[in-house]
Parts: sequence; structure tokens; C-alpha cells
Amino acid sequence: MSRFEILRFALRGLAANKLRSFLTTLGILIGVAAVILLVAFGEGASRSIQQNIQQLGSNTLTVSASFAGGGPGGFAGGRGGRGGGPRTQARQLTLDDARALTDRAQAPSVRSVSPVVTANGTAAVYEGTSHTVSQLVGTYPSYFEATNKVVEKGAYFVNDDVVAARKVMVVGRTVADELFGAADPVGRQVTVSGVPFTVVGVLREAGSSGMQDADDVAIVPLPAVQQSLTGFGPLGSIIVQATGAGTTDAAQDEVTAILDQRHGIAPGGVADYRILNQAALQETVSSTIGVFTALLGAVAAISLLVGGIGITNIMLVTVTERTREIGIRKAIGAPRSAILGQFLTEATVLSLAGGLAGVLVALAGSRFPVAGIQPVVVPSSIALALGVSVGIGLFFGGYPANRAAKLRPIQALRHE
Amino acid sequence: MSVPVLSVRDLSKVYGEGDARVHALRGVSLTVERGDYVAIMGASGSGKSTLMNILGCLDVPSSGRYLIEGTDVGSLDERRLAVLRNRKIGFVFQSFNLIPRMSALANVELPMAYGGVGAAERRARALAALERVGLADRVRHEPNELSGGQQQRVAVARALVTAPSLLLADEPTGNLDTASTRDVLGIFDELNVSGRTIVIITHEDDVAERAKRVVRLVDGRIVDDRRQAPVEGAPPRARTPEVPA
Ligand SMILES: Nc1ncnc2c1ncn2[C@@H]1O[C@H](COP(=O)(O)OP(=O)(O)OP(=O)(O)O)[C@@H](O)[C@H]1O
Ligand SMILES: [Mg+2]
Repeated sequence: MSRFEILRFALRGLAANKLRSFLTTLGILIGVAAVILLVAFGEGASRSIQQNIQQLGSNTLTVSASFAGGGPGGFAGGRGGRGGGPRTQARQLTLDDARALTDRAQAPSVRSVSPVVTANGTAAVYEGTSHTVSQLVGTYPSYFEATNKVVEKGAYFVNDDVVAARKVMVVGRTVADELFGAADPVGRQVTVSGVPFTVVGVLREAGSSGMQDADDVAIVPLPAVQQSLTGFGPLGSIIVQATGAGTTDAAQDEVTAILDQRHGIAPGGVADYRILNQAALQETVSSTIGVFTALLGAVAAISLLVGGIGITNIMLVTVTERTREIGIRKAIGAPRSAILGQFLTEATVLSLAGGLAGVLVALAGSRFPVAGIQPVVVPSSIALALGVSVGIGLFFGGYPANRAAKLRPIQALRHE
Repeated sequence: MSVPVLSVRDLSKVYGEGDARVHALRGVSLTVERGDYVAIMGASGSGKSTLMNILGCLDVPSSGRYLIEGTDVGSLDERRLAVLRNRKIGFVFQSFNLIPRMSALANVELPMAYGGVGAAERRARALAALERVGLADRVRHEPNELSGGQQQRVAVARALVTAPSLLLADEPTGNLDTASTRDVLGIFDELNVSGRTIVIITHEDDVAERAKRVVRLVDGRIVDDRRQAPVEGAPPRARTPEVPA
């Protein structure tokens, strides 16, 4: 019998029981799609988390006053709040603290120090358009490098601008879009609390990091924001960049030593500041992601297993149900190869159709973000899901069919 | 005389083990010449079906030899056995055994598909065979849309479409009414007239009367072997228009 003939027989066999064929295909489809989507979701989540961490900067330490109650970066620090903390001894971070950290002799592992003052929810106006900037950051130029903020259009502000307290501003993508729309923001004047700032640059889009829009920022020279908005009070935080990935821990020790001395903290005493170490955070998160990925992998494996058992079940039932038919075919002279060929082809067509449809569904499904996470399809998961389901389909379609085809015709015919 | 179509020597068949052992056949020897029409009779459980299944190469004997046209069946491998079943033997079951959800035409075409006959010729021959059993107007029907008699005629068409030298039928009329029985037996008579060798199992005397030879089985042994008509020539009841009364 020709291959074509066997294929025709197989298709006819499948058409003879459309519902069962459909359900088998559906089972395989769901199994394959679930695996690919779960893995894609896991991959997307871990990428987005990693991206978020990288946005925080590389090899940086964030020093913030610990009684200010702010999160990493100490957002609330810019509004003063002196005396509001629980510890009477506690001191705010000052510009002098920041300067002390730049001491090459005491802090050789420190590459740059950027004092930061932040004003949250400040209204910026441009020709009647108003936008509330969620984060207005006053800092030094080294801040850009330490926090991986790259100017895409225009220029950074420089040390001269800081010294002269020039009212210049680098804005994030969101601010640029909200205030200027399609127009080029560089060179235009934005009014913040009645003070005009000149936009000199636009940051490259960072994407949203969790709840917060990382592009809804404006960065200005530290004295400019202090003069016009926050006053010359304490710093919100100090961003310290270490000289390299291997020196962040050393830098943390140096910063701790300097600040302990300046703030009069006894060895072993409770510090009135805290240091967030980027590298340590990254390490923790990496291991968390590892657990997360393993968990998703386990779920994917289980769904593949369940799908596989479904395929196995249907294939076994199909062949058992059709043992009589196999007997009839043998009785009228079908060679074993033709019978086996037909059943294998049926199983292949079902598993391939289901598997490929599953891949298509997964590819379509992965275009939609779930809970803010854009799934990223991992090619090897497609190969694995397809391979396992087709393999299971072939084995459990082929093995019982082969067993039935080996029977004497009369045994197959008597089969109930 | 030419080589007999089939010849069995000292055939025995034992089912089961230990206490459950059943001797279904106890040394059956039988030779059937080309063109013969043999009816096998016997009480229920006497081993008729067991013998027939072995003759049809659907089952293997526990001991004894079986030759089809001089070839020892026991020496054939699986592949040759399939060819033998396909080319030399047509088998009609008591329970029809058509493949469900396949049209009458597709069922009749099936043996030729396994025999490697081309699609066009297959169709033509299947239609001719269905026409011969009087079902030209039912070729598109599936088995569950046909009456018992019609199903049995489809089964007969399937058995004869490959032009086998040996037609075996296990109680082909057991489930049929008198009219359908007459139809099916009429076809057998015609086939025998045209030279086919037929072996048929039956319980009914009036079916047996139409055969040229009647073999009786009791308890797995042949106890009676009676010839009613010569091997050459038409079966006793066949309408033979070429011989004027
Ligand atoms: N597969 C089997 N396993 C065990 N015993 C069997 C099997 N097939 C038949 N037998 C036994 O072999 C004996 C002969 O059975 P067989 O089917 O040949 O009888 P039969 O002459 O065709 O009867 P009937 O006229 O009722 O069809 C019976 O006693 C039966 O119980
Ligand atoms: Mg019987």
C-alpha cells in the first residue's frame, strides 16, 4: 500500500469519529499552549524584574535617612521633617555628608557621589499645558551615570550648571510627551512653581517599573531645585556609585565608616541612615527569580504531564475500541505494516494538528500582557512542548496499535 | 487430479489450560477439491467455527497440517499470510463484520486497497460486486443504514471482489430471514457454478441441501462425509438454464 493510500485511510479513520478527533486535538492544543504560555510568562516576568533593577543603576548604593520613612531613595526627605522622627539624636543627610563621601583617601572605592533632593507631584506648565511631574529630582550630573539615565535628545546639564544654579532641566519621556506632544522640547521653557526652567535634554524611555512610571521625571541641578522649591534643607538621599561591580561591598563599608563618624554613631549602635546596596538586591532578586522560574517550570511540566495522560488515554481507548476493526482488516488481508501505518498516521496527524494549533494559540496569546507583564516566548519551550506531546501521541497511538496488529485476526475479532 | 484447494491433516485445536482445557478439534482430516461446495454441519460447540477460522487463516491449529493449493500455511510468515488471506480466501462472517462508518462501497473496496489494486479499477470492481449481490442502489450507505440481509450481501460482495479461489462462510444466513437467505444462497450457487470453491457452515438442512457435499462434526471429529452431487457441474438446487428440463 502506498503512503498516500495510508494517509487517506488515516484521514478517513479520523473523520469517522469527528468528536473524538476534535477532543484529542483540543487536549493536545491546550497542553502545548499552556506550557509555551507559562514559560513565556515566567520569562517575561523575570526579564521585567531584571530590567527594573537595572533601572535603579549599576554598582550603586543609595543612602537615605532611616527615620524619614521613605522607601529606597528617600522620596519624603526633601520636605524637611526635622524633629519628626522617633530618634532625637537622629540627623538628616546633608550636603556636607555627601562631600565627605567624595574623600578619595577615606573612600577609595567610591567613584561618584550624587546628593539628591526630590519633590514629588510638582506641577510643570508649558504654554498653558500643565503636567504634574511625579518626581522632580535635584542632583549633580554624576546622577545620570550612576542611575543609568541616558539623554536621548539634547544634552545633560554639567557641573557648571550646578555651580551657577542654572535653571535647566532634563525631562523624561512622559513629561516630554505630556507637555510638548510631538514638538521638540529642547530649548523650551517650562515653569515650575513660577520659576522658569529651560529644557536641555530628554531621557531615553525607561519603561514603567512596577507601579511607578519611571519616565515621569524631571532632573535639574541640585541648587536650582533647592532655591526655587525645597529650600536648602536636608538631602533626600545620596547616590553613591562604586568604582566597579566588585567594590560595592567595600564602598558600603567606607560609606558606613564615614557616616557613622559624622553622625556620631557608636560601633554597634543604631544608625540614623540606611544603605541600599544594588548588588545585594540584585543577588536576592536573582535567587527569587530562580525559585519563581522553577515554580513556573513545575506548573508547566505538570500541565504537559496531564495533557500527555489525556492523549495517552484517548489513544488507548481509540485503539482498544477499534481492535475489532483491526481484526476485520487483518481478516481481509491487511498486512501489519498497513494497519500500523494507518494508526501511526492518525496519531501523528492528531498530535501535529493539535500541537501546531497550540503553538499558534500560544503565539497569539503571548501578544497580550498579563498583569503588566509582557510574555516572552522561549523557542526551546515550543520545541519541548511539541516534541513531548507528539512523542506521547505517537508512542501511545503506536504501541497499542502495534500490539493489536500483532494479534491473530480471530483474537482481535473476539476482542470486546 | 489437480492439487486440492485445501487439505487438512489431523488437525486439532485445544483452548485454555489445565482444568479449563477444551478440545475443540480432535484430529480432523479433510480434502476439498476445486469447484466443490461443502456444507459443514454439527451441534453447537462441535468445533465448526474453530475449523473454519483455521481454514480462513484467522487462527492457528494446536497441531496438524494445513495446505492451501499445496502450500503449507504453517510455514508462512506474517506478511505472506496476509497476502494469502487477501488473494486466496474470501471470508463471510455470521456477524457480517463490516467496518462501521464506512460506506458499503468503501467496505467492498478495502480488500483490493490492501491488495494494491489501483483506485479506478478498485471502484469499478467494487461496484460490479455490489451490483452482483443486488445492492447497486445502496453503495453509499453505511452499515448501520442497511438491513441485516443487505449487510450480509455487502460482506459477500467484499469476500468475492478479490476473486478468491476459496470462499468460506460461517453461518452466513444465521441472522437472515428466508428471503435474504434465498438471495445469499443464490449468489453462492452462482459463484459455485462459475468455479469458486465454497465451504459453508450451517445449522439448517435446507441450506445444506444446496451443497454438493455435507460434512458432519461431532465433538471435534468428522463423523459423516456425504456427497450429494459431483464436484463437476452445478450445485443441486442451482437454476441451470443451460440444461433443458
Ligand atoms: N476462544 C475460545 N476459548 C476457549 N474455548 C473456546 C474458544 N472458542 C471456542 N471454544 C470452545 O471450543 C468448542 C468449539 O467451539 P466452536 O465455536 O468451534 O463451536 P461451533 O461448532 O461453531 O458452535 P456454534 O454452532 O454454536 O457456533 C466449544 O466448546 C467452545 O466452548
Ligand atoms: Mg460457530
